[in-house]
Amino acid sequence: MRQVEPAAAGLGLCSCDVCGLVSRSDKAGDPVHCPRCRTRVHFRKPNSVGHCWALLIAAYILYIPANLLPIMETGSLFNYRKDTIMSGVVHLWKTGFWGIAAIVFVASIMVPLFKLLALTLLLVSVQRRSTWWPMQRARLYRLVELVGRWSMLDIYVVTLLAALVQIRTLATVKAGAGALAFGAVVVLTMFASMKFDPRMIWDSLRKENQ
Amino acid sequence: MSDTNTPPLPDFPQIPDAIVERRRRRSSQLVWIIPIIAAIIGASLAVKSCLDRGPVITITFKSGEGMEAGKTKIKYKDVQIGEVKAVIIAKDRSHVLVTAEMFKEAVWLLVEDTRFWVVRARISSNSISGLGTLMEGSYIGVDAGTSKQSQHEFKGLERPPVIAMDEPGCQFVLHAIDIGSLDITSPVFYRRIQVGEVIAYELDKDGKGVTLKIFIRAPYDQYVKANTLFWHASGVDFTLDANGVKINTESMVSILLGGISFLSPEDPSKSQPASSNSTFTLFANKDEAMKRLDAVVETYVLVFKESLRGLLIGAPVDLRGVTVGEVTRINVDLDPRNREISMPVEVQLYPERLWAQYRSKSQQGKPMDSRQLLSTLVKHGFRAHLRNGNLLTGQLYVALDFFPKAVPSKMDWSKNPPEFPTITSSMEQFQTTLMQIVQKIEKLPLEELAGDVRQTIQTFETTLQKIEKLHLEDLAGDVRQTIQTFETTLQNADKLLKNVDTSIVPEAHSILEDVRKTLDDLRKTLGGAKQTLSPDAPLQQDLRETLRELRRAAQSLRVLGDYLERHPESLVRGKEDDR
Repeated sequence: MRQVEPAAAGLGLCSCDVCGLVSRSDKAGDPVHCPRCRTRVHFRKPNSVGHCWALLIAAYILYIPANLLPIMETGSLFNYRKDTIMSGVVHLWKTGFWGIAAIVFVASIMVPLFKLLALTLLLVSVQRRSTWWPMQRARLYRLVELVGRWSMLDIYVVTLLAALVQIRTLATVKAGAGALAFGAVVVLTMFASMKFDPRMIWDSLRKENQ
Repeated sequence: MSDTNTPPLPDFPQIPDAIVERRRRRSSQLVWIIPIIAAIIGASLAVKSCLDRGPVITITFKSGEGMEAGKTKIKYKDVQIGEVKAVIIAKDRSHVLVTAEMFKEAVWLLVEDTRFWVVRARISSNSISGLGTLMEGSYIGVDAGTSKQSQHEFKGLERPPVIAMDEPGCQFVLHAIDIGSLDITSPVFYRRIQVGEVIAYELDKDGKGVTLKIFIRAPYDQYVKANTLFWHASGVDFTLDANGVKINTESMVSILLGGISFLSPEDPSKSQPASSNSTFTLFANKDEAMKRLDAVVETYVLVFKESLRGLLIGAPVDLRGVTVGEVTRINVDLDPRNREISMPVEVQLYPERLWAQYRSKSQQGKPMDSRQLLSTLVKHGFRAHLRNGNLLTGQLYVALDFFPKAVPSKMDWSKNPPEFPTITSSMEQFQTTLMQIVQKIEKLPLEELAGDVRQTIQTFETTLQKIEKLHLEDLAGDVRQTIQTFETTLQNADKLLKNVDTSIVPEAHSILEDVRKTLDDLRKTLGGAKQTLSPDAPLQQDLRETLRELRRAAQSLRVLGDYLERHPESLVRGKEDDR
């Protein structure tokens, strides 16, 4: 049995997310505001699990077209190709850019998938009030938060190229429908991880102890 | 630790209370709209890609040159309607199977008679096409069929069709002896406007001719009538005759590449446009085509006994400068009874040209009796003979004319074809006369005359010697003797002169007369020749001019060739200073 620290919520205290002021609140469902900065405060993010699930499911759905639809259309004088993420990776690999291929593969395929799976794991474990490895789950959450913005790498590349390479007939780069879906996946997972309240990892632990 | 379920609540009086706001609770379920929207988007994408998936077709080609799976497009009127998905070799290795996915909207194109071909850069004698494919790669072109029967397996054409199926116009079939310089896409001209193209040709099954298919575009196909004449308009018709040099061409294009021209004779009875796929004959040139305007053709045989060197098949039969027929056959015939070689020449006469005037005057509308007419004419000395058409080339032609002094003769209608009487030509007569003169000269008693003269001279010589030797004393007797001898000499001379007078003079006179006549003839002939050959004659000048032009053309061609060799890219990009 491990040490369970008292939860602020249990003491009727909640902190403001913006100015950090701790205030006293009764547990009634009415929305309350920080006395200092008037930000809405709550013990736990309201409907955290539900919202998180909704965003996550949307991300899952969009993950499919993000990988199947072409993300970039490059037209040059000599050929015209539409690349999905995977075909781009394969192309890079075949042409000898193994390092870049690995980076793209990790950043664009592995990371979003990892985020989706990690969030799913966190949500499932929270819903089941699992007390399983809370420390590791918390670390996982921090990792998801950290890594989230970096998987927009692909979108940066595509948008940069699309803006720069517009030499009319000689070469054009266009963002495909896949880029939109991919961007949506990244944004949705970022929102989902924002919506997730990591304090819930510890709630089940305390409840079990009670 | 477990004894204290709740840790002691620290009381921090300084902790402020949160401000409670009474507000209607917003539904927290609104967030589920996001996955629903995502699902709708995803599903719509899936459905769209499912619906957009067009039919898959298979096209067979002899080779897969320029075709790449996933890249090669299928285009109809230069709009993409599909993409090649796979290129595989057939099991029997005889051809290539191209699997292509068509766009959904292109389903109507996939009917029985739709044609597919590979568009790649082609440089043929008369066109450069598909240069765009050098940059973008080749694509598969489509010509939409008209059939209602849908089909998904096609046989690709090896070369692009010349005429799209929806192009309005008519196809016609032409028969020719040979193809000349024609090729598929060779132009067809009507009054020197290009109105169509050759779309196909093939050797006849018996190998004795060529069948061509031509396509005439819509507004012009009505000018093809049932009696339209087609001829090779290939190249330059270069005629060199006494009038100078005549060059007759169609457009520059046809000079380089050949082509077909056609013209419809104005005949109100046959003014209906010919139906599609009608068959016509393709003549070698315009003149030959125009000959076929004569509906009535009569064949006669002319028997010559002289040399026919220079008489060619196709040589004209000429009536005072008007061509009324042509030579169709030249034979050699041995008569075993007379042991004579004769040369029967078959000619075709176009009696309508001969007797058009006659008919219009006498028998309006009635079919004329050309036999009777011809017999009458022959009775009045109408004969055929050979004439020299061109002194330079020595070509002969058959001339018809009246020779009132000719030996009486008549048409031999019993033969098939009937025989038309001939007389020997003036050249032949000239030769015969010359021979006769030579024979007469040969017959002269020249040797006898020479002997007489020699004898006389010898006598004179001895006389002179004797005079030299003469002594005064012998003089008297000798003088008498000399006088006697001289007397005999004179007598001899007298005899000789008489002989000369009687035997030579009339003969020589007639000879000289003949020679003068002959030389007169010869001078006239040579005068004509000189006129033709003189440096300022139109023929010469025209020829020189033409050769100069040709040299200039060759020079500029060489310059173009040089330039192209140095800058082959200018074919694509144009000349450097023009860019």
